[in-house]
This record gives sequence, structure tokens and C-alpha cells, in this order.
Amino acid sequence: MSKSDPNAPKRLALIASKGTLDWAYPPFILASAAGAMGWDVGIFFTFYGLPLLKSDLHMQVSPLGNPAMPMKMPFGPEGFQNIAWPMPNILMANVPGFEAMATGLMKQTFKNKGVASIEELRDMCVDLDVKMIGCQMTMDVFGFKKEEFIKECTVGGAAMFLEYAADADVQLFI
Amino acid sequence: MTDVIKEDQVLDCSGMLCPMPVVKTTKAIKELQSGQILKMVATDPGAPPDMEAWSRQTGNELLRSTTEDGKFVFYLKKK
Repeated sequence: MSKSDPNAPKRLALIASKGTLDWAYPPFILASAAGAMGWDVGIFFTFYGLPLLKSDLHMQVSPLGNPAMPMKMPFGPEGFQNIAWPMPNILMANVPGFEAMATGLMKQTFKNKGVASIEELRDMCVDLDVKMIGCQMTMDVFGFKKEEFIKECTVGGAAMFLEYAADADVQLFI
Repeated sequence: MTDVIKEDQVLDCSGMLCPMPVVKTTKAIKELQSGQILKMVATDPGAPPDMEAWSRQTGNELLRSTTEDGKFVFYLKKK
């Protein structure tokens, strides 16, 4: 218990509530960094964040309705790569496979820049003993089974996570 | 001319972005004995403040943070 034991390591409690490729990054980056600093870390995966626990990850990102997302090309000369392409909603909504393309471009850009993949970051979190808790209620609502998730995760509810978070030094909702 | 620090192990994190240098450093330092020195090389401009924080949080001393040939170099002593 972090607060009751002054010698206990610092604790980080995260809620991961989003499961798109872009929003999958913050919880795993923060968790692995905290784990690397010797902190006790727990992530509660709930609602759309729950699929981040699946053994087979298939995250996508959509620039549609996401005006802050820069659309950049991960190839060609540097000046070309730095262009943020304007994408009209009518185009994004009507071109089949637009999300798959945007997802591929983001993955390639991240890889080119030296950002680890979500799979790598999650594996590192496992190595660093990050506690990953799947939300039982979300499993019931969306019809997920524990067998679909990585074996290192546990399943719990709001009370279980809140008790853990009550003793945390840092609590973040993502 | 500053004193030369003799490292026991070298870790190259060139080309990696946050949080990889911190995570790789943690893994590498686990392999060392207390008092041994890890030299870590990174190109991420976020590495210097991150390594300072990592050092404070883990208690592994940051003996020196410098740049060599345009890269960030850290000498870390395992506690």
C-alpha cells in the first residue's frame, strides 16, 4: 500500500478508455516509463480501451472527425513528408478503405521516427510487471471473453480499481 | 578536460524515441552489479530530462550527461 507504507514505491493508476491506434499509445508509454522507474503501475482497461488487452491487436485510426490529426506521408523527400495534407470530410467518409490507409500511414510514420509499436510497448509493460486489469462490465456489454485477452491480465470492476487508485501517487484518465 | 569515466557496459539507444531509452536503460542496468557503470547513447532530444528524472526516481546516479558527435551520452552508476 503506497500511502500507508512510506517505503513503498510510487504508484501510477491509469484508466485506458480509448482503443484507437493513436490513443493506445499514451497509457502504454506512461506505464512502461513508470515501470522503468521502479513504480508500481496498474492500468484499468474499460469501454473502448478494453480491446487493447486482446492477444491479437487490430487498432485503427480515423482522421474523420479528428481535425487535429495531421495527415502526413511517411515516404518521399523531407519537405514532402512534412506536408499536412488537407482531407475533406466528404472524401474521408466516401473513399472505401480510407481508415485502413490512414492507419497504415500512421504506423509507418511512427516506425520511421523510432516509436515502438503498441505490441512492443505492451510486451515491455508485461516485462515491467505492470498490472493490467480488464473491465468485467465492458466484457459483458461487448461480449468479450477472457480467453481473447493476453494471459497476463486480470479482470475486475470499478471498486477493485478504485481501491488500487486510492493509494496511487498519480492517477490519470486517458 | 573532464575525467574519463570507464564504463562497464554500453547501451546504444540511437534512433529510439520515448519511452524506449528509459525502458532499455532499466533492462540494461538490471544486468549490472552495484557500482558498475552503464554508458547510454541516445539521439532523442527528450532523453536528457528523462534520464535525469529516471536517475532521481530509481536512485541510480547520473554521473555525467553530455553530448558526443551530436548524440546524447549518459554515464549511469548502478546503486
